Amino acid sequence: MFKIKGDKKAIFLFLFPAAFMMIVFLFYPLVRTFYKSMFYSLNNISPRFIGFGNYIKMFKDPAISKSIINTLIFMLASVFVQVGIGVLLAMLVDMIRAGQNFFKTVYLFPVVVSAAALGLMFNLFYGYDGGLLNSFLAIFGIGKVVWLTEKTSLLMVIIPTVWQYVGFYFVIILTAITKIPTTFYEAAHLEGANAYHRITKITLPLIFGDIKVSIMLAITGTLKVFDFVWIITQGGPFDSSQVLGTYMYDITFQRRLFGYGSSIAVLIVVLGFALTFFTNKFLKSEDITY
Amino acid sequence: MVNNTVFERIQKQITNFKLSKLIIYIVLSVWASTTILPLLWIFNNSFKASNEIINKPFAIAGKFNPVNYLNALTKVDMGRSYMNSFIMSGSVVVLVMLFGGMAAYAISRFEFRGRTIIQGALAIGLLIPGFVTVVPVYEILIKLHLVDTYFALIFPQTAGNLVFATLVLSAYMASLPKELEEAAILDGCNRWQIFSKIIVPMSKPAFATVGIFSFLWSYNDLFSSLVFVSSKKVRPICVLLNEVSSQYGTDYGLQATAVVLTVVPVLIVYLILQRQIVSGLTAGAVKG
Repeated sequence: MFKIKGDKKAIFLFLFPAAFMMIVFLFYPLVRTFYKSMFYSLNNISPRFIGFGNYIKMFKDPAISKSIINTLIFMLASVFVQVGIGVLLAMLVDMIRAGQNFFKTVYLFPVVVSAAALGLMFNLFYGYDGGLLNSFLAIFGIGKVVWLTEKTSLLMVIIPTVWQYVGFYFVIILTAITKIPTTFYEAAHLEGANAYHRITKITLPLIFGDIKVSIMLAITGTLKVFDFVWIITQGGPFDSSQVLGTYMYDITFQRRLFGYGSSIAVLIVVLGFALTFFTNKFLKSEDITY
Repeated sequence: MVNNTVFERIQKQITNFKLSKLIIYIVLSVWASTTILPLLWIFNNSFKASNEIINKPFAIAGKFNPVNYLNALTKVDMGRSYMNSFIMSGSVVVLVMLFGGMAAYAISRFEFRGRTIIQGALAIGLLIPGFVTVVPVYEILIKLHLVDTYFALIFPQTAGNLVFATLVLSAYMASLPKELEEAAILDGCNRWQIFSKIIVPMSKPAFATVGIFSFLWSYNDLFSSLVFVSSKKVRPICVLLNEVSSQYGTDYGLQATAVVLTVVPVLIVYLILQRQIVSGLTAGAVKG
């Protein structure tokens, strides 16, 4: 009675606006980036075909290897620190009654605020004169510290990036924990399980799927890192905090090498797909359902 | 006897009190302080002159000193950026909900060839960060003479957010019962009427999620904004922040004020729509 097949005109009209926007501003540009990465093009004027020249250049570019290494360090920090703290906080909040909503509100707050604003805030923490950290040290009579040096800059941009999104993983895990039927815990209680057993034998196995999703998101998310690094260090000093996103922006829009910038963009996509594929494979195991 | 019961109650509370609970609250509060205290510090310092911040960074601002706020409005023209941000992000929200809703309706309610292709394309779309498409999009905008206009941000951001929106909305719509629509068809409703009068009202929670996140991502998107809309007349809030940090790096008071002014609207939206945001985050855990 309800004609659901056919009706091609209606399907087309409903799909067209979204499909048009996505094709013009997302999918066509994605393909075009591959094409553009084959050209030498300064200022995007009269590009010259150089085949894989940009990719060969990439292999020899020390800033690229630095960016990749930094991105990998970012990734490890996100997986272990960010997701780790998120899981820990979720379990702790689940154990208390009073104040649950307060902690939820407060933990999630940095997630919704722009990294640009928070980056500016961290600039004020790291400032040499009157920065929050140095002022704090002064209370204890400790002299001023230069916070953004070649050695420390990467850590100084990882801290805010990791800190900002802890609340996101906290919410995902907490939602998963609250979905576990209470009967499981009641049964365990009858059999004399203590808190440690409850966590390792019930909670952790049952939220493992959500932890995997979180790890996945944390890994792919690091390829999008840009704002904090750009606002706090611009990738410097001497590329010490450079990540792929900031380097791509720098090459393309400040040094205006559009072809080379495109090949870095391709590198980001390839890494993104590879990482998604391998983490999917690596983390694949029997999901426990209930 | 009353005294006795009170005493018993207190005694019971003491025996119920566990050290582990206290430790849990301490740990949770420590993390909470990392998200609250910095913002209070910034807010407090936004009322101070820069030299006051440097000399007495922890002192409570004694009196309301509007100088930083006046500077933010005049020297860096923050009001204009506010307006730009709201025009662009507002348009993105409207377009994403409209186009995303329509596409989601088609995907969730019709069977047609190419549906799996569309779903595959959406899955790929989720993995594409802005860096990847930026150069060709920039070229397209130049060809259309749209660079440094409102559309230069509205179009690419709409396209980017549509991926997430279509996925969330179509999943939600697929879960809706079909009976109402069948009844509506018998009553002589056309497709558009079914969509606007039945599907959209029933999908309100999903639309709210999509709307909120489109707004937040658009308002907070530094990368696209830097590339597409950086000139003074159209630049949004986050581009202005970037400029404040690079040009007024020593004016601590102005920087603190810029942070406060940027964060406040988001904070208000967040506190009002918090429940919706939490459920949206878990519904749409697809986008990091």
